[in-house]
Amino acid sequence: MTDMTANPALNADKPAKVETPFQRFRAEFFESKIATGALIVFLIIVLLAVLAPWITPQNPYDLAQVSVMDGRLPPGSEAFDGYTMWLGSDGSGRDLYSAILYGLRISLTVGLASGVIALLIGMAIGLVAAYAGGRIEAIIMRIVDLQLSFPASLVALMMVAALGKGVDKIILALVIAQWAYYARTVRATALVERSKEYVEAAQCLGISRFRVVFRHILPNCMAPLIVVGTVQTASAISLEATLSFLGVGLPQTEPSIGVLIANGFEYMLSGRYWISVFPGLALLLTVVSINLVGDHLRDVLNPRLKK
Amino acid sequence: MSAVLDVSGLKTHFFTHAGVVKAVDGVDFTVSKGEIMGLVGESGSGKSITGFSILGLIDPPGRIVEGSIKFNGEEIANANEERLQNLRGNRISMIFQDPMMTLNPVLRVDTQMMEAILAHESVSKQAAWERSRDALGLVGIPSPEERLRAYPHQLSGGMRQRVAIATAFLNKPDLIIADEPTTALDVTIQAQIIHEAQKLTKQTGTAMIWITHDLAVVAGLADRISVMYAGRIVEQGGIDDVIDRPLHPYTVGLLGSVPTANRRGQRLFQIEGMTPNMLALPEGCAFGPRCHARTDTCHRQPSIEDIDERRLRCFNPQRTAEVVK
Amino acid sequence: MTVFIIRRLLQALLVVFMMSVIVFFGVNIVGDPVYMLVSPDADQADIEAAISRLGLDRPILEQYWLFLKGAAQGDLGDSFIFGEPALKLILHHMPATMELAFSALILAVVIGIPLGLYAGLYPDSRISKGIMAASIFGFSLPTFWVGLMLIMLFAVELQWVPATGRGDLGSFLGIQSSLFTLDGLSHIFLPALNLALLKISLAIRLTRAGVREAMGLDYVKYARAKGLSTRRIILVHVMKNIMIPVVTVMGLEFGSLIGFSVVTETIFAWPGMGKLLIDAILQLDRPVVVAYLMIIVLFFVLINLIVDILYSILDPRVRLQDQGA
Ligand SMILES: Nc1ncnc2c1ncn2[C@@H]1O[C@H](COP(=O)(O)OP(=O)(O)OP(=O)(O)O)[C@@H](O)[C@H]1O
Ligand code: SF4
Ligand SMILES: [Mg+2]
Repeated sequence: MTDMTANPALNADKPAKVETPFQRFRAEFFESKIATGALIVFLIIVLLAVLAPWITPQNPYDLAQVSVMDGRLPPGSEAFDGYTMWLGSDGSGRDLYSAILYGLRISLTVGLASGVIALLIGMAIGLVAAYAGGRIEAIIMRIVDLQLSFPASLVALMMVAALGKGVDKIILALVIAQWAYYARTVRATALVERSKEYVEAAQCLGISRFRVVFRHILPNCMAPLIVVGTVQTASAISLEATLSFLGVGLPQTEPSIGVLIANGFEYMLSGRYWISVFPGLALLLTVVSINLVGDHLRDVLNPRLKK
Repeated sequence: MSAVLDVSGLKTHFFTHAGVVKAVDGVDFTVSKGEIMGLVGESGSGKSITGFSILGLIDPPGRIVEGSIKFNGEEIANANEERLQNLRGNRISMIFQDPMMTLNPVLRVDTQMMEAILAHESVSKQAAWERSRDALGLVGIPSPEERLRAYPHQLSGGMRQRVAIATAFLNKPDLIIADEPTTALDVTIQAQIIHEAQKLTKQTGTAMIWITHDLAVVAGLADRISVMYAGRIVEQGGIDDVIDRPLHPYTVGLLGSVPTANRRGQRLFQIEGMTPNMLALPEGCAFGPRCHARTDTCHRQPSIEDIDERRLRCFNPQRTAEVVK
Repeated sequence: MTVFIIRRLLQALLVVFMMSVIVFFGVNIVGDPVYMLVSPDADQADIEAAISRLGLDRPILEQYWLFLKGAAQGDLGDSFIFGEPALKLILHHMPATMELAFSALILAVVIGIPLGLYAGLYPDSRISKGIMAASIFGFSLPTFWVGLMLIMLFAVELQWVPATGRGDLGSFLGIQSSLFTLDGLSHIFLPALNLALLKISLAIRLTRAGVREAMGLDYVKYARAKGLSTRRIILVHVMKNIMIPVVTVMGLEFGSLIGFSVVTETIFAWPGMGKLLIDAILQLDRPVVVAYLMIIVLFFVLINLIVDILYSILDPRVRLQDQGA
């Protein structure tokens, strides 16, 4: 029983003779070739985005480096400055390869920042509910349920409609759209933990609720939170791209992947596919790789699925 | 009497990740017309799997690996699906172990009974409905018309099991496999249902395999009895012989754990130890580790032998029932 | 039942009221719409005239009060841009959105359920693995990006169907819809498919999970033991059970389809209320944004209610009165 509830990630530092839970978790994770591949792809994407200024031929938002004469060049064309535009250029002459890596920086920042903030806030609210119990818990969970009955995309859209454009505002909108998923996850763990004998015993012994929350509920909700976190981060990246594509997300001065795709949209019908397609592929790789990792994490971390 | 069912050397194994589970591993028995055979054994001994094997309802990773199942002289082990579909519910019916789980929760009782008729006969729905109603009446369900309109959750466990029994008799089958049809019910209802079933077999001449882990139940019901342990039959014979003079230590143990009137006041005899792990059966006699009559010979596998008009799988038959006392 | 519906309607009213507060004040925090509405070279007098014409000079609480009073009478304010009542504008655009969302739902059900059924019945086949891989993509791919690809492939490269706009309307049983003309159908195909993609994946996963669970349950085995055909077992016994969660979830997803149509409508220039919303957001046309959101909230609440009722009809075990306080 205790074995089932033990959280692999958290027990990592416990000394064990044969194999720590973390080692077992790691071994099980890398058993899946697809998930390993997806993780590698995602790490490469992050690396490319971080290193963008050093590995791109052009800073696409330094006007001095961009020439309109290079506009709408197909993939493989040579730029005015002599380097090859492997992925072609966009309407205003930016090298797409450079633009995509710079765009990824923004998209990943927004996605990861909103993912982490939403996780922290949602987790805090979930723990408060679990700690307080009674009416407060009921009210919080009512709000969570209410919000979850609306799709996150719609909530985010409402929020950007209210907040306006900008990196900070879109992160806020995404956090507001997603915190409830984390709160619900914590709550689910709390319900399971509370029904367990040892928590009852702990409560009978007069051990504080504070301890119950931090010794039992918090450690046990980490694994599901990580799973929800990966999936929600992927969905945050995708949502930001969607909102930006619609023109209500990030402004042209913060050209995330979504903005790039939107800019290419007008050229699409005239056959200049690359301006939208390549940023789209970058987005796709990012989102799909995170989701594949998340999918597999769910299998590995879910004790019920284990045989 | 002609044998309705003749099972010999039946082996049904499950090929799981952890290893091969030999759930049924060499089972022989026959059942004749109008006869009730009790199939007795502890949980996990392979009783249900034996029943499902007869109906061809073993799903992967399991399969019948060996043996023959002759039904009215026809070989049906590993018969094609079409033939089996034809037999199931028509010539051979089964009553399942758990009445709460076997009826489909979202279909009305009439649907679930009538479809059993309509699958095998082209009769009008009206005729099928009337037969279903009469069948419910036969098993002692009051106001059957009303019950037919009900959903399973509106019936009690006993009612549901009666519905299953009535359904089993709908097509006047030659053989009914009743898999612990009464264990989930309380004692009075249990007695009623047993009475009902017995009456029906006598009336219709249907042969029956009555699966149970409770010897007391079959004692007053069955004509013959097969005792199963770890996928094998360990003792088989006429009901009176086996109950009065059990030869196998396992049967002795099972009988010892039946509380009967004449042994009131005595301590209930329990078979020691745990039911065996089907993935790691002990060497030699599977019952060995729990056997009080164990000798050195028992590290070999006992084969089943004819002895005094019955069959036995043991090196040291318990000629007297002294051990119990 | 009536008590249940009344209670749910009261809850719904509360939700709508809460949303009106959030939405109204939220939207009013964004920039100043006046500057969008008067020409850049307008002088102070023009601006002030516009402000008082639009009621923007009153305190925000008073604005909200007026809004509430109006809303109660079905008046959600006039669009700043079109000068028409916002509600009228939205209702005018609603049929296009409804027809799109409805088509997408039909596609999701018609494509998703059979694929999910197949994947559930033959989980180990190559085709099933392909279906499941595709459904992961269906979940991960952003709708707008898939929309672009669909346009590129079917409209630009293959030129099978038009890329944008809504086709001719036909009329059937007094309903006007582009579903009733060939031209209309060719226009709606791509956007409906685009909108449906996520829900197809969802339907596949739900159906597959349901089938896999049901196939292992006793009532399916029992149905087989009755000799029913595989066809009847799957179409009646299994489907009837899994339709309960599938219908419930897909019903709830109808609301999300309407929400998501914002994206699809923008890409395919579909003249629905989603596109109206995006235009309104971009032009700071507050009354339209507020009216849209109020309508959407109302929609969701209604859909939830309808799905709950549907659920109780589908599942005989559910009594509406029994549901929590
Ligand atoms: N699908 C399966 N995969 C692996 N092993 C199985 C499977 N089904 C049954 N078994 C094994 O077969 C053995 C016999 O099972 P069976 O259901 O016949 O027992 P039983 O005698 O009917 O017991 P009970 O009284 O509990 O019903 C058990 O040990 C069980 O673990
Ligand atoms: S063979 Fe030996 S161990 Fe097995 S039942 Fe007989 S006496 Fe006991
Ligand atoms: Mg059984």
